[in-house]
Amino acid sequence: MEYDIVIGLETHVELATQTKVFCGCKNQFGGAPNTHCCEVCTGMPGALPTINEKAVEFTVKAGLATHCTIHNEFYFERKNYFYPDLAKAYQISQLVVPICANGYVEIPTANGTKKVRIHEIHLEEDSGKLIHTPMGSLIDYNRAGVPLVETVTEPDMHSAEEAISYLNTLKSIYKYIGISECKMEQGALRCDVNISLKPKGAKQLGNRTEMKNINSFKAIERAICYEIERQKGLLEQGKPVVQETLRWDDALGQNFPMRSKEDAQDYRYFREPDLLPIKITNKQLSAWKESLPKLPAEKKAEYMQAYALPEYDAGLLSQSKTLSTFFDACVQTYNNPKALSNFILNELNKKRNAELVEDEDAPIAITPAHFAKLVELYQTGEIAQAGARQLLDVLYETDQDPTPLVESMGLKQQNNADELESIVQDIIHQNPNAVADYQGGNKRALAFFVGQVMKATKGKANAGLVNQIITKLLG
Amino acid sequence: MEEILTKSLTEIVEGIKNGTYTSTQVTQACIQQIEKTKEYNTLNHTNFEDALRQANEIDERIAQGNTNGLLLGAPIVVKDNMCTYVLPTTCSSKILENFVAPYEATVVSKLRAEGAVILGKANMDEFAMGSSNETSAYGKVLNPCNTSRVPGGSSGGSAACVCAHQCFGALGTDTGGSIRQPASFCGVVGLKPTYGEVSRRGVVAFASSLDQVGPMAKNVADTALLFDAIRGYDAKDSTSSNHKRTPTAGKFLKTLKGLRIGLVKEIFEQPMNDDVRQALEKAISFYKLSGVEFVDVSIPNIAQAIDMYYILSSAEAASNLARFDGIKYGRRAPEAKTVEDIYTLSRSQGFGDEVKRRIMLGNYVLSSGYFDAYYKKATLCQEVLKQQFAKAFEMCDALITPTSPTVAFPFGSKATPLEMYLSDIYTVPVNIFGGPAISFPCGKGENNMPIGLQLIGNYFEEQTLLQLAEFYEREAK
Repeated sequence: MEYDIVIGLETHVELATQTKVFCGCKNQFGGAPNTHCCEVCTGMPGALPTINEKAVEFTVKAGLATHCTIHNEFYFERKNYFYPDLAKAYQISQLVVPICANGYVEIPTANGTKKVRIHEIHLEEDSGKLIHTPMGSLIDYNRAGVPLVETVTEPDMHSAEEAISYLNTLKSIYKYIGISECKMEQGALRCDVNISLKPKGAKQLGNRTEMKNINSFKAIERAICYEIERQKGLLEQGKPVVQETLRWDDALGQNFPMRSKEDAQDYRYFREPDLLPIKITNKQLSAWKESLPKLPAEKKAEYMQAYALPEYDAGLLSQSKTLSTFFDACVQTYNNPKALSNFILNELNKKRNAELVEDEDAPIAITPAHFAKLVELYQTGEIAQAGARQLLDVLYETDQDPTPLVESMGLKQQNNADELESIVQDIIHQNPNAVADYQGGNKRALAFFVGQVMKATKGKANAGLVNQIITKLLG
Repeated sequence: MEEILTKSLTEIVEGIKNGTYTSTQVTQACIQQIEKTKEYNTLNHTNFEDALRQANEIDERIAQGNTNGLLLGAPIVVKDNMCTYVLPTTCSSKILENFVAPYEATVVSKLRAEGAVILGKANMDEFAMGSSNETSAYGKVLNPCNTSRVPGGSSGGSAACVCAHQCFGALGTDTGGSIRQPASFCGVVGLKPTYGEVSRRGVVAFASSLDQVGPMAKNVADTALLFDAIRGYDAKDSTSSNHKRTPTAGKFLKTLKGLRIGLVKEIFEQPMNDDVRQALEKAISFYKLSGVEFVDVSIPNIAQAIDMYYILSSAEAASNLARFDGIKYGRRAPEAKTVEDIYTLSRSQGFGDEVKRRIMLGNYVLSSGYFDAYYKKATLCQEVLKQQFAKAFEMCDALITPTSPTVAFPFGSKATPLEMYLSDIYTVPVNIFGGPAISFPCGKGENNMPIGLQLIGNYFEEQTLLQLAEFYEREAK
């Protein structure tokens, strides 16, 4: 049987505020255990929370960037459950009135752009971290009280590819607006996946499962594919899919039941009496709105329209804030977007590959003006491609103005037609077989001649000119 | 020494200021009195060495000419649910045995900033849940007026130590009457301020939306002085009110003309012992003779406040007390092997019966399937009751009721928890409403036990209550 796959995501993102959400402790990844905490985030008797306004601002910005309605008055609730990493035995969260609701993001898919609706975005506090050692279990409360934004989608995705595309889009937006680093390896971005299957075209949704503990985009993809197949298998055998929470084990490539609907926790939510309802004024809201930078989708459209870049280039350049900021600055000093884009995406990204694996927003080691100059030198024929690559290597090591290097490194392009012609003449004389090939119709022999010229000129010859000369001389 | 102990807080601060006494002398007198009257069991934790060190510091400061501080040199006791350095904070519970807080409650800092000597931590009902001080893990407090009777609760230790002249004032907390009822039973004055008037930071929460810290003292003037010392906006308590406050101490009235007191019709339909009823009627006559105008008002749902209270306060308590799980601090069952064991054994062993009863009740009313019928309904009823109070205060400046339907009762005389809960019928509605109320002595009843009169005010109208009470204290014979 054919099935419709229905996927919804709940994404937790740690906000990059200076301090925690309900106390003044430092919000910083790492640190010696239990050094970034106080009576509030360790749940000492009598301690009271106070709201970090920056966390509210960041959450509102997340909502604005995803076309949500912002509730100008909202409140917090307590979610009650016992766990050793949860200091107060309740998490301050939001249930009834989240800060943001009813938005959407547009994601690229194989069949064009698609809308994924956002059900809500709410603000809550992170828990501490349990560390299991042979000596026993330890708790580090440094993370307790770190502001956490939970973005919940409607069940609008239908494949692992769409889910990953949504996550990339959301991550890119949140990084753009500067509310989170979204570093998944540091747990700053975490995702729970809800999946259900139904017979193709059926109205009624099937029973859904929720998968937790998925720690990378690759793992998410694997976990979704696994779960789709698992549910298909059950349905094919006429067995029901149990509504339950599953734990993904990436090493085994398998999921395991955590708890079923029957054992679902009763969180006994009620309004947090220690915090009064919070109001956002229109003035605050419009100020936050105005301070939002252009988002990836806007940037992409801008690159396509204003600079006539192809969609592929525009998409790549706009996805990372670091890259688009760099590109914008380059265009400021050298107004040749297509040449800049080519050199960034082909040459610069090749150099950054290793760093990008570590951190896709890794800063770029070259000043935009220096980089733009390099592209300009290449574009105006001052240097050849090989020279440009050599220069890039140098600039990447030591950021500097490339102009004087053209002389000192002897990279100036050989543009003198007479000199080049005499070099080409020599090569033609030395290679009668290749000449015969070429004249016999083997056009690849042209590349051979160009290669020989480049070798003779140490890559400094103007490739276009060399081409012309060879074609002319060989008729 | 006798001479020192019978002085009021206002007199003793004046005496220390002008050099009649030193803080050390006064503190020593209190320590001797505490030791002499140990049987009352008023204090869970003391450190006399530290108290004398504090007193000495203040004396040295005075010697250098610095006599600042509303409470200069006066020994004050705080309830054992307020976080203090040095002294443990245990809420009279086994689950917090030996717990010393790593920080100090704002009210305690304020006391010290005003020159008070923190003398000890008062015994109380466990986690402030009780009306007789019988639920304390540190044993019951005896009523100094008659040791076979309860001191009231939950701030029973605070009321009794003021009554027994062990200190010159004490702080209590009031969630449903826990300052006013013991003040009434022990014949002292107690003020529950408006919710938001005094910081709750560092005060171990029972029911966060109802708890308020307040002063207890020998007379109304002392109560006002102590109130002035502890009130104020606290940026670290989000529920703290940020409004302008003017001192209440010393601003008393020569005449009550122009003031209006409301008689709540439904109050007189509630059970009330004859001695209490007579005292109430006498007080009403006194105020009438003093020029106060009386108006009849109605708060139709005042009696249902008890139901709302036990739903709302238990729900919040269940959540607030969940942190006492044996993991981070307090008692951990030594035989626990698993996390599950740590929770269940530590909590089973650490909490007393009354606390367990309320935790179960609270979790029940919050659980899915029952939430709407209980918790949600109670919050809706609370809004209705608030509106009824607001309407009553359009007609008058204060409402008058007894503090309790009876005088202090003998130990063990309340057979069921419900019977105990109903004794708070006059105090509980005030917490649901959120306004201020004062209890002050108005004569003696059965067995020569003190009777307390309660005046309830509109939000942030503590001053009016203090003025009305002080006038009675001064003029009524």
